Amino acid sequence: MTQVSTAGQGVERQYADHLAQGRFMIQRCSACARHVFPPRELCPHCDEDELAWVAPTGRGTVYSWTTVARTPDAGGDYDVALIDLEEQVRLMSCVVGIDPAAVNIGLAVQARVEAGKDGPRVVCVAVEPQQGGQGRAP
Amino acid sequence: MNYRELRGKTAIVGVGHAGLGEAPGYTDMELLTRAAHAAVKDAGLRMQDIDGIATSSVSASMWLMSVVETLGLRPTYIDGTCVGGSSFMSYIQAAAHALWSGQCNAVLVCYGSAQRTSALGRGVITNARKVLDPQPYEAPYEPMNPPSSYALAARRHMHEFGTRREHLAEVAVAARAWARLNPEAYSRDPLTIDDVLSARRVSDPLTVRDCCLVTDGGGAFVMTRADRAATLKQKPAYILGSATAVWNRQISCMADLTVTAARQSGALAFDMAGCKPADIDVVQLYDAFTINTILFLEDLGFCAKGEGGAFVSGGAIAPGGRLAVNTNGGGLSCVHPGMYGVFLVIEAVRQLRGEGGARQVRDANLALAHGNGGTLSSQSTVVLGTAATL
Repeated sequence: MTQVSTAGQGVERQYADHLAQGRFMIQRCSACARHVFPPRELCPHCDEDELAWVAPTGRGTVYSWTTVARTPDAGGDYDVALIDLEEQVRLMSCVVGIDPAAVNIGLAVQARVEAGKDGPRVVCVAVEPQQGGQGRAP
Repeated sequence: MNYRELRGKTAIVGVGHAGLGEAPGYTDMELLTRAAHAAVKDAGLRMQDIDGIATSSVSASMWLMSVVETLGLRPTYIDGTCVGGSSFMSYIQAAAHALWSGQCNAVLVCYGSAQRTSALGRGVITNARKVLDPQPYEAPYEPMNPPSSYALAARRHMHEFGTRREHLAEVAVAARAWARLNPEAYSRDPLTIDDVLSARRVSDPLTVRDCCLVTDGGGAFVMTRADRAATLKQKPAYILGSATAVWNRQISCMADLTVTAARQSGALAFDMAGCKPADIDVVQLYDAFTINTILFLEDLGFCAKGEGGAFVSGGAIAPGGRLAVNTNGGGLSCVHPGMYGVFLVIEAVRQLRGEGGARQVRDANLALAHGNGGTLSSQSTVVLGTAATL
């Protein structure tokens, strides 16, 4: 029988702990070198138990987005986006600090942690692309 | 035995539905019971003949056991798989195995939902599911699901292939045209492309007319082995091919929002059935949202990837068009009680029997019913045929 240790915490809790301390962390598999998000106990690419936390650069692009209609009384319309990070993982997020009408697929963004009304979450700020493709947040 | 040898070995011999549209004062289980009874009677059988059962509910995890108890069954075959709306065609393949192996003799697939008229508001149920079935990496962004997930897919399709909102609207207009030929459909008023485009925005680029109905409804069908089917009272709809595919649950975990797992389920179902998209006479595609019909036409091989918008243009999938799609009016205009899949199968069977009335497709011998579940999560394809196709 193979006994697996569950001492310590599961990855969902570890992710939340990092986020609570202002750090957006993703996983990288030491066995196959691919990055993983959302957090998992096991690498979904190579089935190895070698996932470690790493800080992504935060640079990414908008893969898709939608504006959810909501009445002004309830807070007004808001955006939901899917972001592709440089590390080739995708996450759901939102693009902030920009006119929603200016959000478009391919928009370069920088992910960061913000204190949301229900707890910290990762949001994305539009960046101006510079030479070499490295963005700088305005 | 290889699974391909199941082709034509089982058939749907009874179909029934109840409470389509609005059935105030009824529970999910009561609508299911009425639909199940109708299907069993349609098969010329009695509930005591049912020894296989397949069913699920989005809100009740042990639904199968409640149904067994309510109907008074002692099944030798059970399937309570829940993959969302496609569950009801996903049951077919394993049920066919169970029937052919002799594990059971008559399988009842059934569903019921009173979500529209339920005293328990959908908001309450949605919030309860957030606690019972959390998605912590999407919830902080409050996507209005399911519409937002499908909106994200639509937006990506528009970006990659130049698909336009007008193409999405064509899907809704075509579904409504079929619904106008169906006295059982919920929405039967005329609908134009402009009506769809100018309707209330839900989640960009989808308006409320790009989204399926929210209705009540129960539906059921009965499967037996083919030799028994030939002795029963209805013209059998033989199961020629069936396959289910799941690649992800959440939209944020879908590798390519423009390619669904229908590519896998369709390929396997067609392979098993030994036919091609061009051979299909009538098509039922789970149109929870207008983008679905476009995606599934592409992924099932009715047209090339990216050409779905052009394929549905100019009324091509409406009555009198090049391909009969969603002949009952679809989830967009006929009925959609949360999990719509069973109704796609029922309509496919009725078309093959020649029971379509004003919406009957001429010489319908091969039908395809394709179900979708979750947020482009599960895909399940079944190819059905008349005796002429065996």
